[in-house]
Amino acid sequence: MNINTTKIISLLFFVFSAFYLYLAYQIQVFTFDENAPFNARTFPIYLGYAGLFFSGLKLILPDPNTIKVEHKNLEYKKTGILILIAIIYGATILKVGYFLTTSLFLFASYYFLGERRWILMFLLSFPFVAAFMYLLHGILDIYLRDPFLQSIGVMG
Amino acid sequence: MIEGILIGLTTALTLQNILMVMVGCFFGTIIGMLPGLGPMTAIALMIPITYGFEPATGLILMAGVYYGAVFGGSTSSILLNAPGVPGTVATSFDGYPMAQQGKAGKALAIAAWSSFAGGTLSAIYLLFMAPSLSKVSLSFRSPDYFALMILGLTAIAAFSSKGQFLKAMMMVVLGLMLASVGQDSLSDITRYTFNNMNLTDGISFVLVVMATFAMSEALTIILKRNDPTSAAKQVSLTELGSIKINKEERTKMYKTIPRSSVIGFLIGVLPGAGATIASFLAYGMERNVVSDEEKEKFGKGSVNGLSAPETANNAACSGSFVPMLTLGIPGSGTTAVMLGALLGFGVQPGPRLYMTNPEIFWSIIMSMYIGMVILLILNLPLIPYIARILAVPKNYLIPLILFFSVTGIYVMSFNNFDIYLMIGIAVVATFLRLYDFPMPPLILAFVLGGLMEENLRRSLLLSNGSWEFLWDRTLTACILATTILIVVWHIYKTFKKKN
Repeated sequence: MNINTTKIISLLFFVFSAFYLYLAYQIQVFTFDENAPFNARTFPIYLGYAGLFFSGLKLILPDPNTIKVEHKNLEYKKTGILILIAIIYGATILKVGYFLTTSLFLFASYYFLGERRWILMFLLSFPFVAAFMYLLHGILDIYLRDPFLQSIGVMG
Repeated sequence: MIEGILIGLTTALTLQNILMVMVGCFFGTIIGMLPGLGPMTAIALMIPITYGFEPATGLILMAGVYYGAVFGGSTSSILLNAPGVPGTVATSFDGYPMAQQGKAGKALAIAAWSSFAGGTLSAIYLLFMAPSLSKVSLSFRSPDYFALMILGLTAIAAFSSKGQFLKAMMMVVLGLMLASVGQDSLSDITRYTFNNMNLTDGISFVLVVMATFAMSEALTIILKRNDPTSAAKQVSLTELGSIKINKEERTKMYKTIPRSSVIGFLIGVLPGAGATIASFLAYGMERNVVSDEEKEKFGKGSVNGLSAPETANNAACSGSFVPMLTLGIPGSGTTAVMLGALLGFGVQPGPRLYMTNPEIFWSIIMSMYIGMVILLILNLPLIPYIARILAVPKNYLIPLILFFSVTGIYVMSFNNFDIYLMIGIAVVATFLRLYDFPMPPLILAFVLGGLMEENLRRSLLLSNGSWEFLWDRTLTACILATTILIVVWHIYKTFKKKN
C-alpha cells in the first residue's frame, strides 16, 4: 500500500491541534476575566481552530507535489548516535562542567562521524574548547559553570 | 538642520569617535557571529564601558556594535544556516544555499554591499525625515499592528515554494502555538507548561531558531550523507574566495536595494516592529515583484532573495532609532537597551532632543553612515578568510555546529531541560524538513506570536469584543486588503499554472 507521509504528518498535526484546543479550554482564567472579550485562553483557542482548519484542508485536498523520501539512502544510525551523544552531553554539562563535557562531546562526535586523525581531533576538542571558554568566561565575562575545573583548582 | 548636521559631523569625525565606531563594528561582528549572542547582548556588555565616556561617544560605540552584530549575524546565517538574531533569519533563505553552491565569498560580499547600501540609504532617510516620521509612527494603533503581522505571516506563507501554502500555514500555526507556551503577559496565568517550571518563561527564540535551523540542518546533512540526490557536498577551498559580483548580479541588486531599504526603514520606524518583520516583508515583496524565472530561484540561492532582507534589516536598524531618539519609545529590544544607556547618561529622549542635545542626535545619525563605511572597509577584505569556515570537513563542521547551538542555549539558561527541548524540536524539524515543510514561517510566527496576541487583545478589548476593528480604521482595512490580495493572487497563480 502506498502511504502518503505528508498526509500522515497532516493527520498528526490535526490530532495535535485538537489536543492543543482541548488544553486551551482547560486554561484556568480569573473569575472576573471569564466573560471578558479577551482572556488568557482566547488566543490559544483561535490557534487550535486554525491548526484544525489548515491541517484538515491539507488532509482533504489532493496533494499535487507528493514528496518521496528514499529511506534506504538515509543514515539513521549515525544520526541517532549523534542525537544520543548530544543528549548525554546535555545531561552531564551541569554536573561535570562545560570544559570536560564539551571537549568529550566534540571528540566523540568526530569519532562517530568517521574521523580518525587523532591529533586534529584532539586539537579541535580540548584546546579549542579551552580557547572558546577563555573568550566567553575570561574576556566577555559570561559565567560558565564548571565543577570539574573548580575541583582541580583551575577555575575560581 | 544644516547647523545640526555640521555639529553632528564635527562630533562624529573626531579621532576618538571614529576609533569607537571601528572598535564597535569589529567587536559587534565577532559577537554577532556567535550563536546566542546577538546585538542586545553585545550592547549590554558595552554599557559598563561606555559610562566613562561622553554620551555621544558612548552611543556611537554602541551604534557601531549594533551594525557590526547585525552583519556578524548574517555571516553565521550564510555560512552555517545558524542565524544568531531574528533579523538575519531571512538572510539564510538564499544566503545558505548560495554558500552550499560554493559561492560563500560572493554571498558574503552581496550581504556586505546590501547592508552598506541599506544602511546608507536609511541614514539619508533618517537625516531628512526623522522628526516628521515620529509623528507618523505614533498614528499606528493596535489594530494596524495586528493587521501588519497577519500580512507578514500570510506573505511569508504565500511566497514559500510552489504548492506549499498549506504546509507553510501549518508551520505558521505551529510557530504561534510554540510562542503561546509560558505565562500570559497580562494575567500571568501559565499556559501549556504542564507544571514544568522551566517552561514558565516560555521557550526562548534562540532555542527555537538553533533547533530548527542550525541543529536540524546539521542532522539533515548527516542523515542525507549517502543520498545521491542530496546537494550536501563538501565545498573545496578554491570555490570559496571570490567576492566579485558580476554585472548581471549588480543590476539585480540596483533594483532590489532601493525598494527594500524603503520597506526596512519604514518598518523600523514603527515601535515594536523592527528588523525581523522588515527583512521578512522585504523578502516576500521581492519574490512578488521579480520575474517568474527569478522567482523559481528563491530559496535556492537568489541574489535578489539575499540582497532584499540584508538591505531591509540594516535599514530597519537605522529606522528603529527614530522612535527611540524622537519619542523615547524603543523600536526593538536592542534599542531598548540603548535607551536604558541613554537615560543612564542623563539624556532624556523625546521630540525636543534634537534641539536640546543636537550633538547627540545628529552625531548618532552621522556616525551611522561612518559606521557603514567602516564596516564595509573592515569586512570586505576579510570575507575570503571568513568564508573558509565552509571548507572545514563535514566530520568537524557538524559537531562544531551542534556545539555552538548547545553553547548558545547553555549560556542563556544554565539548565538541561532547554538542551533536551532543543534536541527534541531539532529532531521534529529534521523530519518535517524531509517532507518539505518550510521552517521560515514557523520562526517568523514564533517571533511575532507574543506581539500579535498583545495587539489582538488590545484591539478586542477596545472594541468590546467586536471584530469591527478590522475595518473601522482605513489603515487597518488597507493592510488587510493587501493580505487578501496576496492570498487571492497566490490562488489565482496556482490555478493558472495547473490549467
